[in-house]
Amino acid sequence: MIRALAFLPIIVALVLGAFFYWGLSGDRDPARLPSALISKPVPAFDLPALAGTNSPGLSQADLQTTGRVTVVNVFASWCGPCRAEHPVLTRLAEDHGFNLVGINYKDKPEAAAKWLEELGNPYTRIGADETGRAAIEWGLTGVPESYIISGDGVILYREAGPVVGDGARRFLEALDDAMAGAS
Amino acid sequence: MIRALTVILALALAIPAFAVEPDEVLDDPVLEQRAREISANVRCVVCQNEPIDSSNAGVARDLRILIRERLVAGDTNDQVFDFLVARYGDFVLFKPPFKPSTYALWIGPFVILGLGALSVFVFLSRRPRGASVQALSAEEEAALDDLLQDEGRAK
Repeated sequence: MIRALAFLPIIVALVLGAFFYWGLSGDRDPARLPSALISKPVPAFDLPALAGTNSPGLSQADLQTTGRVTVVNVFASWCGPCRAEHPVLTRLAEDHGFNLVGINYKDKPEAAAKWLEELGNPYTRIGADETGRAAIEWGLTGVPESYIISGDGVILYREAGPVVGDGARRFLEALDDAMAGAS
Repeated sequence: MIRALTVILALALAIPAFAVEPDEVLDDPVLEQRAREISANVRCVVCQNEPIDSSNAGVARDLRILIRERLVAGDTNDQVFDFLVARYGDFVLFKPPFKPSTYALWIGPFVILGLGALSVFVFLSRRPRGASVQALSAEEEAALDDLLQDEGRAK
């Protein structure tokens, strides 16, 4: 009994060490929050079209029965990382054939329209959320954010932050899963 | 000098109070008080370690206004919290709810305290009860007497 107890400190140290190693390894970032809306249907919202573009507006109904994977990208012309992810999302939408729609967050319509004219408009629909109220329904924490929506309107994944680098890697994994689920 | 420092310090400490901007404040002091209580327990999702009550982030301001709108519309405090949790998850609450996924969080410290108390108890109960007194042997008795007598003589 006493003999066994002598190993106790080592065992405790090993268990704690393994726990801390687990906590520090991998890309575990406590600041990255899981969305509360994963596996939930898309929230109720109804946004008008962005003035100065040809894209129609965006509402809950537009996402509920699309029958194909849709990515909702929240962007703004004043947001630097949005500019960085824009060509990536444009290319991914072409390569993977998903439906890309946008929510323009707290932006001046003319600035957003100019931004899209300059960089290209890859969105089939754009909702203009000037007050940021619809974004709260989505549980938005910042811009940019991208949500992967299944063909029957269920939120499968959220990438908070730009879809570049590690963000793009995580996003692509989730996208592949979503595409596999859809076919 | 000290006065200047006091003023600087007072201003530095006063900044958080400015986060709730005058145009947000409700006319009804009771509702406003409730809004302040709620927003003090809601985490800002941008700055994460700050309550929205003292955060200057845009989303925090939106949430403060939203909380006030819901209170004016007649929501109870719990309904407001439920509304926020439905969109942002338990994470927005500074005080996490007591439910299966948070049992470890709430009960863990007491379990560890209990284990500590148990090990102290086991340790103490295993120790020989009161240092057992052994009688001196005859030789020791004689040596002690000698010493004591020497002491007496020295005085």
